[in-house]
Amino acid sequence: MAMNGDTILQVRDLAVSFKTYAGEVQAVRGVSFDLRRGETLAIVGESGSGKSVTAKSLMRLLPEGNSEIKGGEAIFEGQDLLKLSEKQMQKMRGPKIAMVFQDPMTSLDPTMRVGNQITESLRKHLRMSRRRANERAIELLKMVGIPNAEERSRQYPHQFSGGMRQRVVIAIALACDPKVLIADEPTTALDVTIQAQILELLRDLQERLGMSIILITHDLGVVAQTAHRVAVMYAGKIVETGTVREVFYNPQMPYTWGLIASIPLPTADRSQELIPIPGSPPDMLDPPKGCPFAPRCPYAMKVCTQEMPPYTTFSPEHRAACWLHHPLAPDVEPPIKVEDRR
Amino acid sequence: METERKDLTPDLFGAVEIDEREGERIAGPPVGFWKDSWRRLKKNRGALISLGVITLLFLMAFILGPLLSQYGPYAQDLSRRFQGPSAEFWFGTDDFGRDLWSRVWAGTRVSLYIAFLAAAIDLLVGVPYGAISGYLGGRIDDIMQRIIEVLVGIPGLIVAILAMTVFSPGIITLSIAVAFTGWVYMARIVRGRMLQLKEQEFALASRSLGAKGFYLIRKHLIPNSLGPIIVNMMFTIPTAIFYEAFLSFIGLGIQVPRASLGSLIDSAAAEIRFHPYLLVFPSIIFVLLMVCFNLLADGLRDAFDPKMRK
Amino acid sequence: MLRYVLKRAAYMIVTLFIIISITFFISKLLPGTPFADEKLTPQLREVLFEKYGLDEPLYVQYARYMLNVAQGDLGNSFYFEGTPVTQMILQRLPVSAFLGVQAVILGLVLGLGLGIIAALKHNTWWDTLAVVVAVIGIAVPTFVLGPILQYIFAVQLGWFPVAFFESWWHSVLPTLALSVFVISTVARFVRTEMLEVLGQDYVTLAKAKGLSGLAVILRHVLRNAMIPLVTVLAPLTIYLITGSLVVEKIFVIPGIGEMFVSSIQVNDYSMILGTTIFFSVLFIIALLIQDILYGIIDPRIRVAGGKE
Repeated sequence: MAMNGDTILQVRDLAVSFKTYAGEVQAVRGVSFDLRRGETLAIVGESGSGKSVTAKSLMRLLPEGNSEIKGGEAIFEGQDLLKLSEKQMQKMRGPKIAMVFQDPMTSLDPTMRVGNQITESLRKHLRMSRRRANERAIELLKMVGIPNAEERSRQYPHQFSGGMRQRVVIAIALACDPKVLIADEPTTALDVTIQAQILELLRDLQERLGMSIILITHDLGVVAQTAHRVAVMYAGKIVETGTVREVFYNPQMPYTWGLIASIPLPTADRSQELIPIPGSPPDMLDPPKGCPFAPRCPYAMKVCTQEMPPYTTFSPEHRAACWLHHPLAPDVEPPIKVEDRR
Repeated sequence: METERKDLTPDLFGAVEIDEREGERIAGPPVGFWKDSWRRLKKNRGALISLGVITLLFLMAFILGPLLSQYGPYAQDLSRRFQGPSAEFWFGTDDFGRDLWSRVWAGTRVSLYIAFLAAAIDLLVGVPYGAISGYLGGRIDDIMQRIIEVLVGIPGLIVAILAMTVFSPGIITLSIAVAFTGWVYMARIVRGRMLQLKEQEFALASRSLGAKGFYLIRKHLIPNSLGPIIVNMMFTIPTAIFYEAFLSFIGLGIQVPRASLGSLIDSAAAEIRFHPYLLVFPSIIFVLLMVCFNLLADGLRDAFDPKMRK
Repeated sequence: MLRYVLKRAAYMIVTLFIIISITFFISKLLPGTPFADEKLTPQLREVLFEKYGLDEPLYVQYARYMLNVAQGDLGNSFYFEGTPVTQMILQRLPVSAFLGVQAVILGLVLGLGLGIIAALKHNTWWDTLAVVVAVIGIAVPTFVLGPILQYIFAVQLGWFPVAFFESWWHSVLPTLALSVFVISTVARFVRTEMLEVLGQDYVTLAKAKGLSGLAVILRHVLRNAMIPLVTVLAPLTIYLITGSLVVEKIFVIPGIGEMFVSSIQVNDYSMILGTTIFFSVLFIIALLIQDILYGIIDPRIRVAGGKE
């Protein structure tokens, strides 16, 4: 896990907490991953697993006042993003790291023309003249596939459909040619057909611009279509990580098995049931001291409830945290459904 | 990564019984809308104190105030004009030697009457108007909305002035005048709720079972709008209290010798140079009424709809 | 957009028409017309009736009244015999307008400042101050605040004149008394809106572009938070009208408000009704400007209204 030349962002032991009336919610509890140049890393998990919080902490955009980065580091170009001052961070946001948000209906300023929302960062970071910035904004709108870009750039967000707005948000994010793009559930709020278009756009842009993408999603279908590598998050921790192929075809822990077993297969006959994961994620006000998945895990052992399992390495990329891989543990076969997919 | 550790014994790797229901356990007993709202209101110290003060003012105005004074609010005695607060006249006496204590509580009674009359009119006119308009929809709603659009342009102040000029300036006239435009806001709020609610599943379900018209409005739609209705009504109260005092202050409201907090403040303002104590007591009571009703209304709004909390 | 403006204007005209009609019929119902005097001989009354057109059928009188009002003729004062109400209003308008504008400017500056600081320093003592000022503004009306200011700063401390309107110094206390409500309304409104906008996704996106905190606030937060402030215009106008009645009465200032309150005391009905119409026109114009401004500023409304 040494930092090799290809790694652009190295996150180690990231921990984030929120202060609420009920107490401290430990949203992210020690997350580590690497992001390589030009790759797409998907972070998958249910709502509340801490994936969005992870993304926002890297941008340092967590709500002020009630959130706190408790520890860890995020090394980007030799600098720890988590330790930069707000002023230094402002120089990173845009030209170095950019972000696409979940809901395109609310992420554009309703009172500002779409073109101006793009030129804002061009003028700030690249010091472009107004005219040059306007031209560039139109180019960007064309690049993300908005027809009549010139006319469209003078319109307001409410004149755009959801899918078109998300394209605008992507254009804003790409304006200063960032090295890393964090896409936080970029397609969740969109129709399925539009979803596919946006994913296609992201993939295409990545090929042309060579940036790295962190794709946050709860949808394994999206992962399969776009990502190179996957990190599965559960209760504020990464429980399994590997290439898409490894995680989909050779998952190594029961939570991932459950996730995969709950995807419907178009080829399967109707008699094959979808298998939901019973129960719900733990209360992050008081996270279990052992494996957070143990209360829902059909293979749970005593040790699971007492101590967090260490990572077991299966290949250079593939790791999972599960006590089942301890030499003392009984042999367990993954459910048939996962086997079927090989 | 994997390290051999001595403390991990084989028995730790035995299966463990997991109670499936444990994960689905609900943290507390179910709490209804009213109970939940009351619980939230109880946490709001300002609102709770306000409720206490309002109750106290009620007691003083209607029971204790008159009981504790041997002079009525109208008893004049020019030999005891402008006496400062004393053991005999707790709040002092005015230019006609009337007992200010009794007059202040008489004025408070007027304020409270007006407040509740205005709130009642708000309920009796605004709620049915909004409910009918929102429930029926279509042409009728259109016409009723046009009427409201026109009425919104008529300021309550103008109505009150006109009403007080023509009709005998009494409490009833005053409260009708005050409520005249207030109900428009109530009607708008109720109509908005109706439009929202009538498309929801429970209303559709009830309708598909044959419920219609007034039954549906009364049994399903109004109960589900009670939160906003009560909150809006609570905000009508301080507005009504203000208008009464204002009109009395400029000479259009309660006429002498009857007392109103507004007219008491008016006559006190004229004597401010030499008898400032006259201003103190009616002002304090009036401000208390305004602060408490506003804080209580704020608290209720937050309690009924936590989303509205700012 | 034009259609939207025309539609709003049409409503306002209907509203105005109704108000003026009501005042006309009220003037017919009033007990205290000077011609109801029993001492008048029937002949004299007839002469007077003819002179003022009171012998004509009601609808002719109504039509004439409407026509007069439309031309800005609000009739003559009963008390100051023969003086046109319009002329008296116009005479006293500058003083009232001066006070009103001064109070609004002071209120806007202090209210905006306080509201913005309170929202940016949410949950600090600035915030508490804004909340307290807001409560004072609502709960301590002008007719309580005015006498208090008068007593403390004029009677006791002697810093300002007690009453009358002879120099700018005379306007300080009345302006203060009038502006407290403006300050509190504006501060409360701006604070609430700012807090709302600060939590919006587009503000996070603006930060994600790497804009400085100041740029985010100036370009995105303030702009969005100010739009709803337009809706304060009409309520503020009606407040300034009621406030001017009170303040001008307390500080004996020769404005429209003082004139109105004295005409109530002497039962000068034509004056009362005339001034009422004037106030209504003022309010309705404010309401119209408010609606139109809202349409111009907020692009969401601009198009929605235009397409309707």
